[in-house]
Amino acid sequence: MTEEKKKIRSLDDLRKIKEKTGDLTSARSEVDKVKVIIGMGTCGIAAGAREIMNAVLKELEVRNLHNVAVETTGCIGMCQNEPLLDVIRPGEPRITYCAVTPPDVSRIVSEHIVNGRIVQDKLYGRAD
Amino acid sequence: MALYRAHVLICHGTGCASGGAPKVLEAFKEELAKKGLEKEILVIATGCHGMCEFGPIVVVYPEGTFYSQVKPSDVAEIVEEHLYKGRIVTRLLYKEPLSAQKVCHYKDIPFYGKQHRIVLSNCGYINPDNIDEYISRDGYQALGKCLVEMTPAAVIDEMKKSGLRGRGGGGFPTGMKWGFCAASPGDKKYVICNADEGDPGAFMDRSILEGDPHAVIEGMMIGGYAMGADEGYIYCRAEYPLAIKRLQTAIKNATEYGLLGEDILGTGFNFTLHIKEGAGAFVCGEETALMASIEGQRGMPRARPPFPAVKGLWGKPTNINNVETWANVPRIIVQGAECFAAMGTEKSKGTKVFALTGKVKNTGLVEVPMGITIREIVFEIGGGIIGDKKFKAVQIGGPSGGCLVDEHLDLAVDYESLTAAGAIMGSGGLVVLDEGNCMVDTAKFFLEFTQRESCGKCVPCREGTKKMLDILTRITEGKGVPEDIDRLLYLGNQIKDASLCALGGTAPNPVLTTLKYFRHEYEAHIFDKKCPAGVCQSLLRYSINTEKCIGCTKCARNCPVSCISGKVKEPHVIDQDKCIKCGACMDNCPVGAVVKG
Repeated sequence: MTEEKKKIRSLDDLRKIKEKTGDLTSARSEVDKVKVIIGMGTCGIAAGAREIMNAVLKELEVRNLHNVAVETTGCIGMCQNEPLLDVIRPGEPRITYCAVTPPDVSRIVSEHIVNGRIVQDKLYGRAD
Repeated sequence: MALYRAHVLICHGTGCASGGAPKVLEAFKEELAKKGLEKEILVIATGCHGMCEFGPIVVVYPEGTFYSQVKPSDVAEIVEEHLYKGRIVTRLLYKEPLSAQKVCHYKDIPFYGKQHRIVLSNCGYINPDNIDEYISRDGYQALGKCLVEMTPAAVIDEMKKSGLRGRGGGGFPTGMKWGFCAASPGDKKYVICNADEGDPGAFMDRSILEGDPHAVIEGMMIGGYAMGADEGYIYCRAEYPLAIKRLQTAIKNATEYGLLGEDILGTGFNFTLHIKEGAGAFVCGEETALMASIEGQRGMPRARPPFPAVKGLWGKPTNINNVETWANVPRIIVQGAECFAAMGTEKSKGTKVFALTGKVKNTGLVEVPMGITIREIVFEIGGGIIGDKKFKAVQIGGPSGGCLVDEHLDLAVDYESLTAAGAIMGSGGLVVLDEGNCMVDTAKFFLEFTQRESCGKCVPCREGTKKMLDILTRITEGKGVPEDIDRLLYLGNQIKDASLCALGGTAPNPVLTTLKYFRHEYEAHIFDKKCPAGVCQSLLRYSINTEKCIGCTKCARNCPVSCISGKVKEPHVIDQDKCIKCGACMDNCPVGAVVKG
């Protein structure tokens, strides 16, 4: 974790390290985060939820988004529509996307998570 | 830097570590690798979560799921079900003793609800061996603020405004103490961290050092800057190997970053830090004895004045604070003195960490605002008495403190109120006693400790505690004489007045306070030759109620000294001369015919 043994020579250096290391513990904070929940029941896994998970993590890393909590959940009963992926922005309703494919992930991340626009063609519904 | 979607925090405090946490951590690494999840799930060892009773503790984020008493064999299930499939493993969740409900989230556990974790905010939350995690949580920002934006005098002013008082027990205002040392002339000064925590049942300082070592280091550096000291010592007992290891790592990492050493943050401030391992003598918690020990001499207190601020380590001006006091410093600088002073009571500000032990359901480490009541600590945070027995007392302040009883349950805890009640804040040991504890025996336990730890310099402490202990031993053996109570009072007050340091000055406290509140128990031992709580073996007598006895012979068969006689289906009798009072007959009687008393 501390591969850089660069000396901290000023308050600025310290602040830079803080910015860079902010995400080290960010997964442990629950404040004002966008939540992504991926259905990982047997049905979800069979329908390719693992690939969706990988795609989500890759997309978040590429876009340097650290304020997103990625969670998994079990089967919620809509097995034929798996893989299911839910997005909850702080203060907004839970939006469920269905039959998500890896290419859809990048659209959901950029449109919904970053810009707050729901991706209509993959929308299944909202749960309040 | 790769994004970890989940963090698995495994408590590696001394309690959880001895409960098998390192094996749990290995199991997690193995299982995650098997599933190919090692790149998306981070596993780290943290400091103490406080709920030592339920360790090893594992907390999974982002959900904040709190698993208790996790064994290596449970890990595969957590990985498969929770981390892979998102289904919480309910059987491993913490069960709240009051409601018997399973609690899923860390933040919903009542044990934490009444707490206010400031000093402990990083304990159990960050990896103490990773300096970057400390920095990511505002670590070393306070030092930067002091060095760049504040004069040493302004730092001392800020400490005075905060109202912080010494957490080692004395409660002396920290800002004022710093002011004395700063004003003391001299080109070489020292700061010392007193980590010689030795009271039976206390582990606050150890947990802070293990869980957040950098906070203590940063606090000491700020103190060094404010008082003009460029060298510091952490005096930690060798019995705390994990704390010492974490401190060594922390000092090494801070030095690599240039946060310790010369020209820190480019401001020209120099600071070096040493760890001095003590041999674990209780008296070395006294500041002059501690300094003697660092200097390589025998750990014995000397008369004050001169105070350490004038003539301390190697004759130089020195400031000594306890671990918890130092750990409060960076938080006060970052959040501001007003924010700190807003918590607590009029004369005692901020929070206090207590080690809650004894007969409570949730033993562990708690941090509460000053002014909280004993009732809230014992019954709400502690979850009440084990087996719902009757509360009897709390021993607060360890062997130097006193006991508080029923009438003190609603006492707001601060330095003044505890002293007025005959106890002391002490460093924060809080032992809960129930109706099954004998107060004479409890007083004897603590006096045995201080008697053994007396350094021998002052006659009243060396000989007086020995005499008091002889009297207590005799009382618990049923050989007490009527004058003993007055002798104890006389000796106790003499020792308090005539001892040089706080060890002798407080050693009689457990006896004096138990005499004040439980004189009747002493009298029962002396006059009736009875121990009301049924603890003192010599005063116990087991007998069989002939009306209840069904003659099953179970007691006779389980008696290790064959002192029970009787025919099958006829009442049995215990031979009192042979009985060793082991209680096996009582444990084995199916109808409760064996009585103790």
